Amino acid sequence: MKFMKQFAIILLISFLGECARELLPLPVPASIYGLVFMLTALMTGIVKTEDVNRAGMFLIETMPMMFIPAAVGIMAAWNVFRPICGPVVITIVVSTILVMGVSGLVTQQMIRWNERKRK
Amino acid sequence: MRDIISNSSFFGVMISVLSYELGLYLKKKYKWAILNPLLISIVVIILFLAVFRIKYDDFNEGAKYLSYLLTPATVCLAIPLYEQIQLLKDNWKAILAGILAGVITTMCTVLAFAVMFHFTHEEYVTMLPKSITTAIGMGLSQEMGGIVTITVVSIIITGVFGNMIADIVFKVFQIHNPIAKGIGLGSSAHAIGTAKAMEMGEIEGAMSSLSIAVTGLMSVIFAAIFAGII
Repeated sequence: MKFMKQFAIILLISFLGECARELLPLPVPASIYGLVFMLTALMTGIVKTEDVNRAGMFLIETMPMMFIPAAVGIMAAWNVFRPICGPVVITIVVSTILVMGVSGLVTQQMIRWNERKRK
Repeated sequence: MRDIISNSSFFGVMISVLSYELGLYLKKKYKWAILNPLLISIVVIILFLAVFRIKYDDFNEGAKYLSYLLTPATVCLAIPLYEQIQLLKDNWKAILAGILAGVITTMCTVLAFAVMFHFTHEEYVTMLPKSITTAIGMGLSQEMGGIVTITVVSIIITGVFGNMIADIVFKVFQIHNPIAKGIGLGSSAHAIGTAKAMEMGEIEGAMSSLSIAVTGLMSVIFAAIFAGII
């Protein structure tokens, strides 16, 4: 399917995500509703992988770049951030390493136990 | 020259893409973990804007179109997730336990450092949503009475740091399973971590995408409980 048509389907689902955010009183952003809608559409066969995968893969591959504007925005917030930047950065560094390690290890260990049980 | 740049609609996207390509090039050439393309591009742009005294708002006038694509890109994370749905069904208990462990670790470490650094209640609740995706994190911080700007800065630093450090963390903690890697990245470093997971492989990327949503929702519940402590 043509690239723009694929992009249109993705935008339509993003728009439905925005509608859900406006209509439902939960603290969930449009993008997460959209992700759930896309998954549902794929699982029910309303949308097929071939209908969205080319535009989808392009968006996923360029995703890291999309964070640049917000990250450069640290510049604009610098005056508010500076007074507590030391403690905040230390908290982030230690916490992120521990969270990544702990959640990864718990998942890995649980998978091993389950595999042993199956055998 | 400064006026041309300040009034340009293309400058923001152009410098973002170019500096990111520069980052990719440097990483490929020198292969150091610290040479993270995202970090390089952020540093290059901040230096450029500072040296030429260009306002962030002028840069963002063009660059906002990159941010605009973030929602459709997040929606597309459902595609690799759908392709790995069987893996998710077979391992859902392990995946859920891993994400839950991650969320609790986030809350406990933030609490521990808040006590250590004598954070005020306001500063403490500002930090609680640091590992979740910006849109959920901002809303959560606001609701709990945090400083939203600093929450956003923390979320981004967390993501970029997680993206940078992942290879080293997985080596040190001996995490080899691709599902476990994806869950680790997604539950600690949200969408920016997921971008890294996508580079590692399809399974890692799919699992990390799933973690963004689940971590976000679990954090909303746990932050409400933890916010009462300090």
